[in-house]
Amino acid sequence: MNLVNTSVSVTEKLRCSHCGEPATRPVYSGSNDLFCCQGCRMVFELLHEHDLDPYYSFDELPGQTIKAGLQRPQFDILEDPKIQQSLIEFTQGTHATTTFYIPSIHCTSCVWLLEHLQKIDEGIYEGRVNFIKRSLRVRFDQSRTSLRSIAELLSSIGYEPQLRLNDLDSPANPNSETRTEAHSSLSSLQKTLWLKLGVAGFAFGNVMLFSFPEYLDLHQSSSDVWMSWVFGGLNILLSIPVLLYSASDYLKSAWAALAQGGINLDVPISIGIIALFGRSLYEILSGTGAGYFDSFTGFIFFLLIGKLIQKKTFDHLSFDRDYRSYLPLSVLRKDSTTLEESAVAVTQLEIGDRIRIRNEELIPVDAVLEDEQADIDYHFITGESEPVTIKRGENVYAGGKVLGKGVHVLVSKKVEHSYLTELWNHGAMQTNTSAKEVTHFADRISPFFTLSVLFIAIMALGFWWFIEPSKAFTVFTAVLIVACPCALALSTPFTLSSAQNVLSLNGLYIRSSSLIESLAQTNAFVFDKTGTLTSTRKTGLIFRPSQAYTHHRDECNKALQSSSAHSLHPLSKKIHSSLAGIEGVEVDHFEERAGLGYSSSVNGAVIAVGKKSFIKGYLDSEVAETSNTTEHEISTSKQVKQLETQVHVAFKGEYMGYFTFDHGLREGVGRVLKGLQQFGPLYLVSGDSNKDVTTFSELADWEKMHFNQAPMDKLHFMEGLESEGRKTCMIGDGLNDAGALKTAHFGIALSDDMSSFSPACDAIIEGEATEHLAVMRQFSQDAIRVILFSFALSLLYNLIGLGFAITGELTPLVAAIIMPASSISVMIFTFFTTRFIARKRGLKVWG
Amino acid sequence: MGVIVYLIAFSLLVALFFLGAFFWSVTSGQFDDPHTPAVRMLFDDETNHEKKKN
Repeated sequence: MNLVNTSVSVTEKLRCSHCGEPATRPVYSGSNDLFCCQGCRMVFELLHEHDLDPYYSFDELPGQTIKAGLQRPQFDILEDPKIQQSLIEFTQGTHATTTFYIPSIHCTSCVWLLEHLQKIDEGIYEGRVNFIKRSLRVRFDQSRTSLRSIAELLSSIGYEPQLRLNDLDSPANPNSETRTEAHSSLSSLQKTLWLKLGVAGFAFGNVMLFSFPEYLDLHQSSSDVWMSWVFGGLNILLSIPVLLYSASDYLKSAWAALAQGGINLDVPISIGIIALFGRSLYEILSGTGAGYFDSFTGFIFFLLIGKLIQKKTFDHLSFDRDYRSYLPLSVLRKDSTTLEESAVAVTQLEIGDRIRIRNEELIPVDAVLEDEQADIDYHFITGESEPVTIKRGENVYAGGKVLGKGVHVLVSKKVEHSYLTELWNHGAMQTNTSAKEVTHFADRISPFFTLSVLFIAIMALGFWWFIEPSKAFTVFTAVLIVACPCALALSTPFTLSSAQNVLSLNGLYIRSSSLIESLAQTNAFVFDKTGTLTSTRKTGLIFRPSQAYTHHRDECNKALQSSSAHSLHPLSKKIHSSLAGIEGVEVDHFEERAGLGYSSSVNGAVIAVGKKSFIKGYLDSEVAETSNTTEHEISTSKQVKQLETQVHVAFKGEYMGYFTFDHGLREGVGRVLKGLQQFGPLYLVSGDSNKDVTTFSELADWEKMHFNQAPMDKLHFMEGLESEGRKTCMIGDGLNDAGALKTAHFGIALSDDMSSFSPACDAIIEGEATEHLAVMRQFSQDAIRVILFSFALSLLYNLIGLGFAITGELTPLVAAIIMPASSISVMIFTFFTTRFIARKRGLKVWG
Repeated sequence: MGVIVYLIAFSLLVALFFLGAFFWSVTSGQFDDPHTPAVRMLFDDETNHEKKKN
């Protein structure tokens, strides 16, 4: 049956002028505009009053709906000087600058409005939006406005700034990503890299120009000898900054490696750099030749391009979040003596404090419930997919989301000691993410490479020493120059960043391209269940009607549609949205009983929606109800029944049927699991109960399945696998997986909404992309193979160059051709081969 | 051929000017946000808006 067939044209016309939501009960303003609610009207009028009408002209109906009621979050916390100090980036007199993170920024109109806030609040000088980071940087006058009033203004127009615990990290703290940097996409490190590249490119171009006389043999006539001095001198001048500034990282890194007794790829590179520069300097100063400064500068230029490409990051994603960026900054505390409510920083909460948490808000600390009962959604913390009903005196845990009406709780643990945050006190969580060092294949072979180059150079030196001593030194340096592994050094970053690009096009965003090698090594796959194998978003809504329903079809749909809008329960919201398009009617006597259901009267007819036991009280006869459902229950397969939750509907004393919410598996899960099995055993580690065990055991050959796992259990499980010598790949979505993701060799956080929170990890995958995971794992291995091939290619160039060098024929012109040719051909080779393979594997290659 | 010295000096000066411009643009943060300026340019100037109203 189809519930959505009665599309009503009236609702098409009645759209809110602010947010575009259908206005079932329109609110009119003085002009011709109509709104879905008072909240939207107030925002519209506020904007109109301050000449901000163009807000509505960039994008169609850009507003945020305020239907759920304008919540005025408590920002009095922002009056606290200590908190101000950590939120404000810098002050000069009364001028101050701060950055807000505003998740609801989504269109051109948002940018325009947020950059014209000075029209509403005159204390604001300027607002700058960074669209990708969803942040607003505000410069304001502290004597005329305050942090608090700006935050309140923002939330009153539908752009509530998100204040999280990690905002308290002072900007001066070098260990945390500073707030200033959070606003700009380029880190200072990347900026320096750009500048170094600029210097090298500048020198490369000019040195090549000045080397033309040499290429064309123009300096032969004795009258023009002074010219080669001018050009030579200029080349030296141009190359000095390249050596001292642009190439400094390579020299420093090589020196550090040698000081520790190791050899990395920067060692042969540095030998090449010094040989090139020293030889060229000697040739020019002694007047014996023109030097290889063109090759030298070009070499550094290409190396830096490789380095820049390796540093590619995804600006809109954050890979190092912990609970501090998940928990709220402040909470409402009730004073024990005066009973007054005031917002306090979560870190200042003491055991025994009484706090109030409103609908849809997160519980910041472990606490004991003081109210009769409450519905709490823990799916992000424990992996439990259904909201849990908690009774008075029972514990609630930090990270749970309160559903329905607000609750009062008594703090039982400080924030740093709660169930969730304990995880971060574990040793495995203390290690820095970037410290998870990857040894590249290139670094592993560089000792052999360096030694063989030195060996060949010394052999050549010895050989020429006996044949023609005058040439011996020239040949020795020529070998060192030509064997410089420029192309070799480029092949890894170019292949990996090309692979990283391809994977990101397909929905897998890897923190750093070098981590692709880690992905390619993985041989054990651990999955979280809720939100990972099953999708929370794609929950299917199926209505199984009874016979009585056919008589009341239209009436019942209308009643359902209108009454469900008043319920705050997530399941009611789903029912409501499935009936969108049906005209709403007046609802009276709405009454919701937490954990059971709701009842209401619609046009005089009573409707009850909820648990079976709850709606029984609203039925005239129970017999009809049972006879109808059993028929359906038999027809639904055993598998579906185990996954479903039922919501029953009683209307006018008759049983209408029930809704089932099928926590559907993600698309292609079976295929992915079978695909990953080729690479290693599969494990399932779920925080949920084992109610779906049969469904999942049919999907694939699991090595082991664990249920009811606490976050710490997951972490220990991963440690166990790692200590067995397995290279684990963990795929999870919630904070409860944070420990496992961190311990894993390669941790993938799954996210349906890219702008929402995801725990610290090595890669983030889009929900829809999971079905390609097996192919992606295969592709990462292919990428490593491409690196090997490009190594072979660059070694070939080195051999050709060596041929010239040993025979003493390496003229500057030959060097100037071989060096760029090898670099560019490696770039082209890796770019096209990775894309060719990706296409063959069925991955998307172009955006 | 002597003229080439002047040419070279001049070309080097021009190149240095551009290098300077590059340094300035990177350090002054012009590459910090590659997306929002593209959105921002769609906005009408304040003065235009006032005129339309009158």
